[in-house]
Amino acid sequence: MQKTALESIHIALGARMVPFGGWNMPVQYRAILDEARTVRTKAGLFDLGHMGRVKVRGPQAEAFLQKLQTNDAAAIPAGRIRYAMILNEQGLTQDDILVYRNPKNDGFFVVINAGNAQRDLEIMRATAKGFDVVVEDCTQTLGMIAIQGPASEAITQRFTKGDLKALKYYAWMDAEVCGVPMTLSRTGYTGEDGFEVYVPKGHEEQVWNAFLEHGQADGLTPIGLGARDTLRHEAGMPLYGHEIDETTNPIEAGLDWAVKMNHDFTGKAALEQVLAKGGTGRKLVGLTSTSKRCPRQGYPLVHAGQQVGHVCSGNISPTLDTNIATAYVRTDLATPGTQLEFLVRDKAEPCVIAALPFYKRQR
Amino acid sequence: MRPTDRQYLKSHEWCKIENGIATIGISDHAVSHLSDLVFLDLPAKGASVTIGESFGEIESVKAVSSLYSPVTGEVVDTNKELPDNLEWLSQDAFAKSWMIKVKVSSTSPDLIDSKAYDAHCQAEG
Repeated sequence: MQKTALESIHIALGARMVPFGGWNMPVQYRAILDEARTVRTKAGLFDLGHMGRVKVRGPQAEAFLQKLQTNDAAAIPAGRIRYAMILNEQGLTQDDILVYRNPKNDGFFVVINAGNAQRDLEIMRATAKGFDVVVEDCTQTLGMIAIQGPASEAITQRFTKGDLKALKYYAWMDAEVCGVPMTLSRTGYTGEDGFEVYVPKGHEEQVWNAFLEHGQADGLTPIGLGARDTLRHEAGMPLYGHEIDETTNPIEAGLDWAVKMNHDFTGKAALEQVLAKGGTGRKLVGLTSTSKRCPRQGYPLVHAGQQVGHVCSGNISPTLDTNIATAYVRTDLATPGTQLEFLVRDKAEPCVIAALPFYKRQR
Repeated sequence: MRPTDRQYLKSHEWCKIENGIATIGISDHAVSHLSDLVFLDLPAKGASVTIGESFGEIESVKAVSSLYSPVTGEVVDTNKELPDNLEWLSQDAFAKSWMIKVKVSSTSPDLIDSKAYDAHCQAEG
């Protein structure tokens, strides 16, 4: 199992460690729901060293990315970031990724999921054969730390040279953090304001400790993967292996906004067929339930005695104070307000279709 | 030190048999690994339970786990207060946090003593 540069810090902080995507990661430092509330009201610190980080350079970097992924790489201005997917020829999702055009416009950067990193790199290297491009896996040479929550900007600015206020959402910049040149982006996976910092190898502990030291007065605490999942789910963001995987396409997952049909990418022809047929007959929806039981991944959804879908993720939402879930359901039943039931140990519990996202912060 | 007056399953249930009645619960190790408990589903009095099969479920913030029966028999009592006081499990998994009492007709051959169970927990981490 792989470990991030911060593993011993997590253990010293008393984190419960679990294997995630081939990495030994902190799932929680204290109660998961309390950690989630801290991020919504103050700020939280995340070790994202497990995420795959890939540099893409060369004269045909843009053309390569157009083939690789669904969004329009040509339309990304310097210093901006777009969400996208890597598909196979059948239009099924291999991973969801972020594509960054470098602030100096000298190439791209791609962040991929830990559990898919190996496969993604194989796809990238195979795709790269047709282009004059260099794909460099820098997961081992670049750390990744996130701060998320309303106090993020104030805390980060205390030890960062660079105007964070001017940095837009889904943009990134070169900055000096703790006196060390690095890049940081205004991105995240929680639905809150915040930053993700790409830390040169050897400086991870220094940056982590600077956040903790400068954030202490604002209530910043480290946050594990458990709360990260709760927060992303409340914010309606998909998690690979749950809402999306190699059996789903971006249209039924409601991610068509990240698919631009103006360029030729792997899986495009299959998506055109799906669109021509008017979809796949099922759709990703939100569910809420006030039942004592939480709908969980794999539970069947039932309507009028018939199975009409299944649950992808279920969580207890501390922000909404109810159970939330995402599920694939028959398109004709996908309207918010529709009453369904989920089965837990063959017992039917009520739930109702809700609009996604469950939570949107006030800006 | 875990109680030596009872036996354990590797799936982390404990079982104490007195006068043909098994009292069943889950260990401190299970409780600390589940963490943040939110729901406990136990069978009704009169239900039958079977060796190796699920007699209930315990749910944490992130996951649901089955509770496996170390005995076959009939449920003669359940700890009705426990589902509303799940914090008892982290305070003391071995006394007031018992879950069910079963009139035993047969016992699992997989039950191990506290020493073997301690070693199992250590190996599991």
